[in-house]
Amino acid sequence: MEIRKLNFKKNSVRALGDKTLQQALHYTTERFTSARERAKREFGELDNLREKAREIKRRTIENLDDYLEILEENVCKAGGKVYWAEDAKGAVDTVLDIARKNRVKLVVKSKSMATEEIELNRAIEGEGIDVVETDLGEYIIQLANERPSHIIAPAIHKTKDEIARLFSEKLKIPYYKEPELLVGAIRERLRATFLRADMGVTGVNFAVAETGTIIIVENEGNARFVTTVPRVHVAIMGIEKVIPSFKDAAVFLSILARSATGQKMSSYVSFITGPRRNGEIDGPEQFHLIIMDNGRTRVLGSEETRETLYCIRCGACLNACPVYRKAGGHSYGWVYSGPIGAILTPQLIGMDRALELPFASTLCGACREVCPVKINIPKILIGLRRRAVENGFHKNVKEHLAMRIWRFVVSHTGVYDILTSLLYVLQHPFKSDGKLRSLPLFSQWTRYRDLPVLKIPFRKRWKRLTVNRGPRG
Amino acid sequence: MEIIRKGPYIMESKKAYLFVTCLVDNFFPQVAESAVCVLRRLGIEVEFVEGQTCCGQPAFNSGFWQDARTVAKRFLSVFDREKDGFIVCPSGSCASMVRIFYRELFEEGDKEYGSAVNISKRVYEFSEYIVNVLKETDVGAFYKGRVAYHGSCHLIRELGIREEPIRLIRSVRGIDFVEMKNYDVCCGFGGTFSVKFPELSAAIVEDKIQSIVESGADTLVSTDMGCLMHIGGIISRRNLPIRVMHIAELLASR
Repeated sequence: MEIRKLNFKKNSVRALGDKTLQQALHYTTERFTSARERAKREFGELDNLREKAREIKRRTIENLDDYLEILEENVCKAGGKVYWAEDAKGAVDTVLDIARKNRVKLVVKSKSMATEEIELNRAIEGEGIDVVETDLGEYIIQLANERPSHIIAPAIHKTKDEIARLFSEKLKIPYYKEPELLVGAIRERLRATFLRADMGVTGVNFAVAETGTIIIVENEGNARFVTTVPRVHVAIMGIEKVIPSFKDAAVFLSILARSATGQKMSSYVSFITGPRRNGEIDGPEQFHLIIMDNGRTRVLGSEETRETLYCIRCGACLNACPVYRKAGGHSYGWVYSGPIGAILTPQLIGMDRALELPFASTLCGACREVCPVKINIPKILIGLRRRAVENGFHKNVKEHLAMRIWRFVVSHTGVYDILTSLLYVLQHPFKSDGKLRSLPLFSQWTRYRDLPVLKIPFRKRWKRLTVNRGPRG
Repeated sequence: MEIIRKGPYIMESKKAYLFVTCLVDNFFPQVAESAVCVLRRLGIEVEFVEGQTCCGQPAFNSGFWQDARTVAKRFLSVFDREKDGFIVCPSGSCASMVRIFYRELFEEGDKEYGSAVNISKRVYEFSEYIVNVLKETDVGAFYKGRVAYHGSCHLIRELGIREEPIRLIRSVRGIDFVEMKNYDVCCGFGGTFSVKFPELSAAIVEDKIQSIVESGADTLVSTDMGCLMHIGGIISRRNLPIRVMHIAELLASR
């Protein structure tokens, strides 16, 4: 993984200037949000199930080691193989190793954030093996050589026209104006690819410990292809994806699609337990499950932020977030964006690289309100801010100094009174029309908005009000 | 709301200590004056505890918890002088700081924890206090205008107060209350966010301005001056014919 500092602010300013992106963001997040709201209205149980889901996650995460062992045991019983990867490199090496052993020439993939996280495609290509994303959105960004800008809709930053041009240029197909024709052409192309592929790589939405079953949720049918046609199937999951039982799966499946796209259920839900068994017609000869840490046990170790691991990657928090809706996914600089990215990224790749992210939020709480497992994202954001300050990552001298001064002033009533009186007088030359249009030290405010003037404070007016009648009768 | 129904506080419900907030105190004193006026009209004996400054939220939200703790301790010592009675605050955000976040700032075992818990139970946001504690919705106000309401994030999503301000506004005589699209969506203020990420903050408020204009309102009312300073700052810069007003000011007018 390339180590560089993310630059949220710079990226977001660029995103704000991109009109097409702004329209695309507005359109998609609005569509997802209203779909979720409709689903919520039609399905009265959603809030109850969110509470249930949270409780299941809490229980599982608190006993993660036990459930992962049960999962391993049952995957093996079903004829699969389990690998433990401590970091991205470990996971990548395992995939490459399996590919080499099986003389793989072509890999097909279904959408998976875990493989984005470890930049698997680049590594596979580096081995001289072809790899093709088969989820339409992922296919688009693979051809464009970009990163996903949304957890469930990776290419929402692209318009229909951009996509049509991209495909016609990269795949040498005609430029189709109509999405149906374009999708038809791509489907034909992908079908041929599926039939040639030796290995399928997928993520995992849920891994059921009691049966060793992995569950994959999708809308295009491509993941089913990926997991049934090639002779080898490799699934990669973060350690937090395990759930205890099938009964629990029912809870998550009822809320995942509703939170993500407003669907009652995704078009395809695949339950995969081990490789093809004797007598079965479909399915791979080998099933490999890679269980990956890659920074997650660090999150697990912090009681304050542990619930970050409850996330089921539905993307609802992105759609609800006023900051994401303007900044877009790429501003966050890594694979996870929006509110969940703002809390997950600094914890996975390190605060030093993602320092801005916890601060890039108004703490409005819309994320928490829509989260299917009720992760208290604002609280975690504040906790990470505290960590940034107390562990010395937040080095802005001006802000440190400002906080000290502020603390001193508001702790001493005399100083507070003198200072506010002084500012009251000093503001006069800057007043125009009863407001402050520009003010030294406050330019970040006054660039966009007027500032009200300081008044004679209430604490000095109070005495006049103590006669027991209001100021206006 | 079990704290209202039991405990000693109900006995003291005729007395309210104002927690004016630093923003209202220095920039919008008329808001606190209006709150006093409304509460007195409802027969409440209003007290102002001298020496109050800030609750510590700016530092808390910015990650400077040590500074926040110093300031919060001071807040507690100021308000702890009176052992009971409601503390009423014309801001959902500052009320959340004391009610919700003081319990994060101080841990069980800290010297201040008991005081933080006690005071957190006594703090009420202004409209919440009137509707849920005093059980009043009609405070005898009169206002002529088309009024839209902006719900502040902390009020709605930390304190869970959604309908109370709307009920108060609807009960004002002469008023033409207009529903505003996305009234509960963030305005982009976010405290220090507004100066750390001014471009994003300004882009987010654009949607709010559009909703206000589309609603046809001539007056925008909210419970939090943070939001209104931000939204109002844009309105003022562009000379839009919209007045921004704290709910206490609206309820005081007659």
